[in-house]
Order: sequence, then C-alpha cells, then structure tokens
Amino acid sequence: MDTSDELLLDIQHLHTAFRVHDEFFDAVDDVSLTLHKNEILALVGESGSGKSTLATSIIGLHNPRNTRVTGDIMYNELNLVGLNEALFNRIRGNDIGMIFQDPLAALNPLMRIGEQIAESLVYHTKLNESERNARVLELLDQVGIPDPALTAHQYPHELSGGMRQRVIIAIAIACKPPIIIADEPTTALDVTIQAQILDLLEDIQKEIGSGILLITHDLGVVAETADTVAVMYSGQIVEQGSVYQVFDNPLHPYTRSLLRSMPQADQDDEELHVIQGTVPSLVDMQRTGDRFAPRIPWMPASSHEENPVLHEVEPGHLVRCTCYKTFYFPDDKQPAAAGAGSSQNASEGE
Amino acid sequence: MSLIEIKDLNIHYPIRSGFFNRITDYVYAVDGINFDIEEGETYGLIGESGSGKSTTGKAIVGLEKVTSGQIMYNGEDVTNKHNRKQMKYNKDVQMIFQDSMSSLNPRKRIEDIIAEPIRNFEEMTDNEERTRVKELLDIVGMPSDAMYKYPHEFSGGQRQRIGVARAVATHPKLIIADEPVSALDLSVQAQVLNFMKHIQREYNISYLFISHDLGVVKHMCRNLAIMHRGRLVEVGTRDDIYNHPQHIYTKRLLAAIPKVNPSGREKDKANRRAVEKEYQEHQSKWYDKDGKVFPLQQISATHSVALPPDEVAELKSEVG
Repeated sequence: MDTSDELLLDIQHLHTAFRVHDEFFDAVDDVSLTLHKNEILALVGESGSGKSTLATSIIGLHNPRNTRVTGDIMYNELNLVGLNEALFNRIRGNDIGMIFQDPLAALNPLMRIGEQIAESLVYHTKLNESERNARVLELLDQVGIPDPALTAHQYPHELSGGMRQRVIIAIAIACKPPIIIADEPTTALDVTIQAQILDLLEDIQKEIGSGILLITHDLGVVAETADTVAVMYSGQIVEQGSVYQVFDNPLHPYTRSLLRSMPQADQDDEELHVIQGTVPSLVDMQRTGDRFAPRIPWMPASSHEENPVLHEVEPGHLVRCTCYKTFYFPDDKQPAAAGAGSSQNASEGE
Repeated sequence: MSLIEIKDLNIHYPIRSGFFNRITDYVYAVDGINFDIEEGETYGLIGESGSGKSTTGKAIVGLEKVTSGQIMYNGEDVTNKHNRKQMKYNKDVQMIFQDSMSSLNPRKRIEDIIAEPIRNFEEMTDNEERTRVKELLDIVGMPSDAMYKYPHEFSGGQRQRIGVARAVATHPKLIIADEPVSALDLSVQAQVLNFMKHIQREYNISYLFISHDLGVVKHMCRNLAIMHRGRLVEVGTRDDIYNHPQHIYTKRLLAAIPKVNPSGREKDKANRRAVEKEYQEHQSKWYDKDGKVFPLQQISATHSVALPPDEVAELKSEVG
C-alpha cells in the first residue's frame, strides 16, 4: 500500500454498544482505524470479537433503539455515525459496497439475478433500462460468470455457491463504490473456489481502486490477500500493522497464540496449542486491565498494564499492553526474548 | 485384516422425470471406491462439496442405502441391516457431526443426550449410568454439572465436545467424524482435535476423518484419500499426498490452501494460476471422455493415483 493514497475512511474512537436488560455493553470498544484507496485492510478475530459489529456500524445497519454507536466514522467530511436514514440510503451501495458471508441469504430468491444487480443501478444512477441491462451483463462478465445473458435470467437457486458469491460481488461493485466491506466472503466456499473469489476481489480492486475492509477469521486468507491487518479481541484492537509486520513478527500474545494453534505439524503425535479459557460473552467481558490476561494466567499481573493502550513498536506496528515484552508459552519453558518474534515462521514444506 | 474394508462401494440416486415419473438416469454420488481403515488409525477422506465424501461416511454408519459393493467389518460383511445387528456393528461404529447445534436434541439435557447410546446398547442402573456420563464429560474436559444443562447453554466448541463424548459412550471401535471442526474458531478447533487424539490413544479408536480442510487432515491423518466426482483420485500416505502429489486435482487443492506466509504469496499465486490453467486446459489427460475419474493405479507400495494406464508406466519409472 502506498501511504500517499487518499484516505477513504477514518474511524476514530468508535464504540458500539448493545442493550442487554436495559444496560448497554460495548461490543466494539474504542476502535480507531483508517482505510485508504487501493488498500486491503483485514480485520481478524474469533467469533465474539466484534469484527462484524464494526462492519455493520460503518454501514449503519444497527437499530438505534437497541444499539448505541458513538465516536466518528469520517467519510469525505461526512460523519456516518448518527447519519439520517435518507442520506445513508444514498451512501449504501453507491459509496460503500457490502459482500456478505452467506450468498443465498443475501439474495432474494424470487428475483432474477439481472434484476437484483440492476436494483442498485436504478436507485443510484440515471441510466435508462437498456443502459442498465448492458451494465448488468458487463458486471456479470467482470466477475467471471461464463454466460452473463443466461445467468441474468436465472434465479439464485439455480446457481452454485461460488457463482452466487460472484453475483453478490457484482451487486457490491455495481456503482463502483470507493469502499467495499467483505464480511467473511469465502467462509462458506470450498478452497479452490475461495482462491478464485479472492483473486477476483484483488483484480476488481486494481480495476476500480477501492479500499477493501476484509473481515475474516482465516489467517491464511489474510496472509495471502491483505496489505494491513488489525487483530481484534473482545471488541478491541490488540495488534495492528502491515501484513508483514504482523505475520513475520507477531507480538501480542493473542496473535501469537492464534498462529500457534493452527494445525500445520507433520508429526501426528504433536498436540495443538490451545488457548486456555473461552472468549468472554458481551455481558461477562472484563472491562478493566488487559482483556486477554485471563487466557494467559501464567503471566504475572505486573507484566500487564493497568489500562492497556496501543504502543507503536515500529512505524505502523501497534500492540496493546506491555505484556508482549515478557510473554512466553509455558511449553517453551524459557521466556522468549522481548520482541524476538516467535517460533512461528509458518513456512510449510510444500 | 483391516478393521473396515470398503470394497467397490457404489451409491447411486435415481433421477426421476417424465409423465410416469420413471427413472431416467442416476446420480453417481459414490462410484466404486475402495479403501481400508486399520485399527487405531485416523484415515482422512478429503473432497470438496459434492464429491461424495459425506455420503461415503453415512453409508459406513448405515444411514445411507448402498447400491452395490461391500462394507467389511473385521472380515464380516456388514452391508445389510441384519448382519449389522448381529455383529453389534451399530454399537461399535459411531458418528460425530459437523453442526453440533442440530445434532444435539435441544429439549434433552446433556445427561440424556450422552446416555442415549448407553441406554440403547448396554444395561446399566441409573447410578452406573450417571457415573459413566460424568466419566465421559471428564474425558472431554467438561465439568460434571454440565449434565444437568441443555445444549443451548454451551458454546459451539463445548457442544462439539459433548458430541465427541456421546460418540465414545459405547466404547466404539470406529468413529466417523464428518467435518467435526469446520464450524469452529481456530483456538476451539485445536481443543477439539486434541481431545479426539487423546481419546484415540486412550481407547485405541479408529477415525474416518472427513474434511475439506487439508491443513487439519495433514495434522490428524497418516493415510488419506482424495475424492472427486464420486471416485478416489489419489490415495497414499501423508508424505505421498502432500509432498509428491501426482494428480492435477490434488495439486489444485494443495495450491489453493492459503499459506500463512505473506512473503511468499506472489510465488504461491503464480503457482496456483499455473496449476489452475493446466487443470482447465488438460481435462482430457486427467479425466476420461465422460468426465469421470480414471481407475486408481498403484505407483508405489502406498501411493495410488487415478491416471490413464500409459501415464502410469512413465511415473513408475520416475518414482523407481
């Protein structure tokens, strides 16, 4: 990524809280992120980390009665937090395209593919019907559908999972939005189809120069596609940096634990690393101190900060809390030297 | 003699159409496959959706009607229901499902869920049964008060562990694990896989591990088979498949796995595109004229590949 690229999205101190029994709990807790043109920013975390909540906050899909969103999401001088519905409708689809995880649930089963793609063109552009039809075929061709004219007349159930996801991408890019949010776009797909869809996303990005916010739990997908990475745990960003910084020199205990629990061993008697405890629920979440501390109980309390903040360890590489400096895995026996990276170089002999 | 031998297993579904709803064609979901599972080993069956891997698993536990072929258990034919009953096959072969939520009855307490196979196959007093359920929960690392709760009170990983506890309740010899960790987060997945291995060592259980995730299979299985279009395209040891893949489909699957190594990603991508191109352009070399996979040909003691006969001679001389 070129840092001189235009800033698209500037999220500052975003809090998204859900109401549970008349009390609000932060699912996204003080997150600040930026997305530039031509950048693929990957948001990684397990379920319950708040990564999807962050995405839905950006496109304003929360019911204001049960959700409280505070902070700033600046898009071209416009603050998307608290924006009224009429203005938001002009932005969704036109400025921000969204790709969902489950393509069958995201498509209307009673509408032909062509109509569904044309829908956002009707709303956001002044194209007439024949121009719209031409654009629909062009889009279907662009996302690699072999026979656009035929597919435009089909219904979602007639397509395979990979084809449906291509249609979803076609809808998302119909108005050439500067921002695309892809929430687990390949989780429901086979590996070979996943590879095709990720290639397609990259090609499209090169073509229209969008910034992509890629939300996923698959570290492999991140390593293959992203430019920058933000790792989330319990609603907070715990580590952030370029893909090389985060994968070649992971620092935060959570990032290191995740990488370590990936199955990649060649000996089958080897035990996988397990992160102790469970991801806390929204209500039970500990809100003071280091939120990851209960999962690494062997680390002394003194190694954690009282109010962990993000520290910049090298330009662009941020890590929350100071515990990374002394962190070690108990099965390694000896504490690793501070900042010496980890044993995870993750190169497989394939 | 292997624990389980699958011999020329075929499962075909009829396609009915026309005015009289006559059978016009068949879907060849499983089309003549052979493999053996040894005692205490984990055998991997890999394939994409629609390859027939789950159908094979279901046929082995008896949930799917076999069109032709045999399933041998300890040398006895257990393809039909009567033999299965006599052999106590249904007690010895259990299953773990992918979706833990829909495979546990939401209206039953964990105690009843885990005790169900015990009640079916063993006679125990209430006290013995309760002790056994506690023991089983302990094996999968759950507290014993979990038995009074309902499935919705647990997280996905905990539910999957309950599924594992239920599968081992009757001291089975073989467990069919159909994508047991696909729906789980990375750290939870590690936990469930560790428990599965631990149980295997303790009770000498065999697994048929069905998955689309080549990383997980590599970790779990010493021997594996790759399935495509209802047939096996490549069978071998972990080393054969991962380090010396011969069939283009296997290469394609391996190339598609995202690697956690950002520095090599341009190279990986180039490699992936090259393999994909070969796969698209040379279909006729790897599949017969009906698009079917060729019969398996042995190229070394452990390694078989589905190739046309003339290709094999070449390979054999290469492999030596």
